[in-house]
Amino acid sequence: MLEQDLQLVETAFKKYYFDHFDLLPIPERALEREFGYQKFNGGMNRHISIKSNEELRLMLITNIPSDVYCSNGYYSFPNLPMSEKDWKEADLIFDIDAKDLNLDCRQEHTCIKCLACGKISSLQLTCTSCKSTKIEIKSLTCKNCISRAKQEVFKLREILEEDLAIKKENIQIYFSGNEGFHIHVTNSLYQQLGSRERNELVDYIMFRGVMPETFGMKKYKPERSSFVNIDDKGWRGRASKHIFGSKSKRSKAITEIISEPDGYTIFQNKLENLKDVIGVKIDPNVTIDIHRIFRLPGSLNSKSGMSKILCENLEKINPFSDACFIDDEKTDILANCPIEFTLKNEKFGPYNNEKVTLPKYAAIYLICKGLGNIT
Amino acid sequence: MKNLGQDEMAKYPFLADAGQYLKDQGFTLEQFGSDPDLKLFVDKAIHRIRSAAKGIPYKSDIMDNEIRDDATLPKEVFSFLLAVILLKLTGINTLIRRFSLAEARRAEEYLQKDLKKMSDEDKDELAIKIIYDLSSITVKKTDKNEDKFFIPVSDYLVHSVHFHEKEWKLINRHVEKGNVFLTSHQVARLVRSELSSFISKKIFSVNTPSMIIGFQKPVEELASFAKIFSVPTMVSTEYPPCIKHAIEVLEKGENLSHSGRFLLGTYLMGVGKPIDQIAPLFKNAPDYNEKITMYQLNHLKGSSGSGTKYKCPSCERVKSKDLCFATSDCDGIINPIQFKKKRV
Repeated sequence: MLEQDLQLVETAFKKYYFDHFDLLPIPERALEREFGYQKFNGGMNRHISIKSNEELRLMLITNIPSDVYCSNGYYSFPNLPMSEKDWKEADLIFDIDAKDLNLDCRQEHTCIKCLACGKISSLQLTCTSCKSTKIEIKSLTCKNCISRAKQEVFKLREILEEDLAIKKENIQIYFSGNEGFHIHVTNSLYQQLGSRERNELVDYIMFRGVMPETFGMKKYKPERSSFVNIDDKGWRGRASKHIFGSKSKRSKAITEIISEPDGYTIFQNKLENLKDVIGVKIDPNVTIDIHRIFRLPGSLNSKSGMSKILCENLEKINPFSDACFIDDEKTDILANCPIEFTLKNEKFGPYNNEKVTLPKYAAIYLICKGLGNIT
Repeated sequence: MKNLGQDEMAKYPFLADAGQYLKDQGFTLEQFGSDPDLKLFVDKAIHRIRSAAKGIPYKSDIMDNEIRDDATLPKEVFSFLLAVILLKLTGINTLIRRFSLAEARRAEEYLQKDLKKMSDEDKDELAIKIIYDLSSITVKKTDKNEDKFFIPVSDYLVHSVHFHEKEWKLINRHVEKGNVFLTSHQVARLVRSELSSFISKKIFSVNTPSMIIGFQKPVEELASFAKIFSVPTMVSTEYPPCIKHAIEVLEKGENLSHSGRFLLGTYLMGVGKPIDQIAPLFKNAPDYNEKITMYQLNHLKGSSGSGTKYKCPSCERVKSKDLCFATSDCDGIINPIQFKKKRV
């Protein structure tokens, strides 16, 4: 980040941490957790122990981090190197990101920035100016992205509550501060699970590795009586509903599938295709990681300048206004953003490498996205 | 485990304390080595070990899940306990491992039968207790009068992750309200490795002198018998397809994902390549930085950071990252590292 941009962003971040410290309650069992932070243009600082709200506030104000993290894991000695920390258990965490949902709308609000010449152009594989393949993809999230990401969160919540019997009060949903949602599960029976076991949970949640036999479709001599019912609990019922449509259509659909010579393969393909429809699109790497330092609730996300906020009412939340806490002081900026975006119910852009005066939250948003800088 | 009935003792002889049991029955180990009348127990023990090593089911004298006559109990229990002593004296891991597994499979069958005949009210069934003591799994029977049990999802995961068959994946199980529903056969299978490790621990921990009079000959015979189990292997100089693909991607100057780089780095280190020969492979990566590459490779090796030495991910993990390009040459391996050295 350029020096003058850095100054503006750091001042805004410092002001946020000063004015809105109430949005960053220190996590439960903080004494057993590892904290970390990154500074703008700096590397990661990990293995930090923070014991109280005061210590957290001091760390934020003195370091003005670009991003702040806290472990999902609990340790006896969180500030020691990883091999000496003595891992006890870890919260289950999930990351649902709009960029992983393969949405059609992404084309409309994604552009590329060439790492060689800095040219910003519409989404393609090479730079339009110097033809370099070293490009950075820049995306600005839209309402549709958020709404589709919310649908994934609802799907995940249903599985967590109904299949895995996790209590509602132990599931906290946060807007990530950029393009999706973070879900934290605390105090559950799954705290002690290691990475391999969590990987299995991931496959379950994402509907991966499923066999036709699970739904009653046998490879040889398939029988009508072995098929599961639509009102069965868990994936059996959930997937059957999608395969057969309804109770009344189930019988006919089974007759058709078992009378096909390659019915097993057809059924298998149906299940494979269903994975993208009913499986929850979580980031597997996040959930299997038991030592992760995950963005601290209430902290700012340096990819956007927005906050990671708790979603008490997921349906109603609008991150583009509810998570936008930087003030609206007029700020001059050279904006190079070919995509229109909305923040605090106000539309901005597109800007073609032009000098504009924007509210500070929008100027910071563009700087954080790498699509603008102070003139 | 207290107050075992005769049936239980014969079915689950590993629950008995070897030394104490023999003492309680009025025998010493030396008697088994020298008394011709007791030789049949030693012979049966040897037969039990040999059957296990060859993978032949040991023919028990228990019928219909119950002992047949008064002579059956000592034969079953003595032969097991003497096998434990002989294996400890022999000290050959292959025999111990194979015996433990075979005995675990034998016990598994009885566990399954005992679970199956359990009534809904029979919460204190020995099978349930054995499973809990060995694996900390709380097994409950469903209310319906059928062969259906349930255990918590978290317990299921801890034990099922070691299975490679797809049917054991959680997604292929009936899951409801935090529980996994299983048949008695599946419950017993789930704890096989716990049974096996319990038995092998028992062998390693049993107190014996370095040799017992009269046991010298059978121990030597077992040691000679064990030689047939050495496994010939063939060494391939080829890289597995997933590694070939990762190298090709880099050679083309295309971006290889973080997981792909992790796979390539850990694989090459795993087969003994030094870092200075691995680093140049990354030169064509769009974001190549020599310093960062060296740092990351050293980190994988465990020379920096936490000191953790990272291992090559399993084929299953590679598949989940869309980095698997398996061919028929990959049959039978569960980690790319095994591609180089396959059993023949």
